[in-house]
Amino acid sequence: MKARITVTLKNGVLDPQGKAIEHALSGLGFDGVGQVRQGKVFDIELTATDKAKAEAELTAMCDKLLANTVIENYAVEIA
Amino acid sequence: MKSAVVLLPGLNRDRDMIAALTKISGQAPATVWQTDTEIPDVDLIAIPGGFSFGDYLRCGAIAARMPVMRAVAEKAAKGVTVIGVCNGFQILVEAGLLPGALMRNSSLKFVCRQVKLEIANANTMFTRRYQPGQIIRSPVAHHDGNYFADAETLARLEGEGQVVFRYAEGTNPNGSINDIAGIVNDKGNVLGLMPHPENLIEAAHGGNDGRALFESALGVAA
Repeated sequence: MKARITVTLKNGVLDPQGKAIEHALSGLGFDGVGQVRQGKVFDIELTATDKAKAEAELTAMCDKLLANTVIENYAVEIA
Repeated sequence: MKSAVVLLPGLNRDRDMIAALTKISGQAPATVWQTDTEIPDVDLIAIPGGFSFGDYLRCGAIAARMPVMRAVAEKAAKGVTVIGVCNGFQILVEAGLLPGALMRNSSLKFVCRQVKLEIANANTMFTRRYQPGQIIRSPVAHHDGNYFADAETLARLEGEGQVVFRYAEGTNPNGSINDIAGIVNDKGNVLGLMPHPENLIEAAHGGNDGRALFESALGVAA
């Protein structure tokens, strides 16, 4: 089973890297770029076959390590 | 006074911390490795600066989940004094021993310079040898020192006097909220700060502004 975890910054948390990317995009001539927020993607292979169990495990992984829930949100997606 | 220094792969300020503690306490600190599950009986545990685990995932994230940090948490819960400097501060927030988070500097640049710090609370075990509002100098060297906490946490930190060091006179090098440079936990025995007081403890360093922090925490005479 394959899963994808997406970690993004919470609203209201400043994202200087996103800002820099935003400026670089306009510098390249991409007009009409609004706010850019950057984040992380984790592709995880699991040996589990039970989808519900895998989802619970992936959520625990996010809470314990993959995301810092003080500043980040996460989304779990199972292929 | 006995102390211990936590060692993790990728830290690079451990020797500076060991030298400072040896000079100020009069005896060399014990060292504990990342896989150690017990820490000897000491009065102070220091987590030095550096780039533990290459700053992978988030600064301090992997280190905070190593066995030695469970031992640090147990000692902290028993009231042992804990100081985390720079990466050590990042590790303490990732371990949940201090609130908030340390994010990328707002300039996106690594900063290595001297800043000024205001003693925002001189009534802590780490600052009792300073005067309230005193301005001291301190070196900083970091890429992720931009302290952030949600509004509720920030109000609690400010209200309870848990903000101990603040960047002063326009020298905030990283965009941290309310110019926060260092905080303590609610019990007051765990301190995290981005600046490096261990690098300003004697004349050869060009000053000793950081020395009183260790003298305060170790309870040794100036």
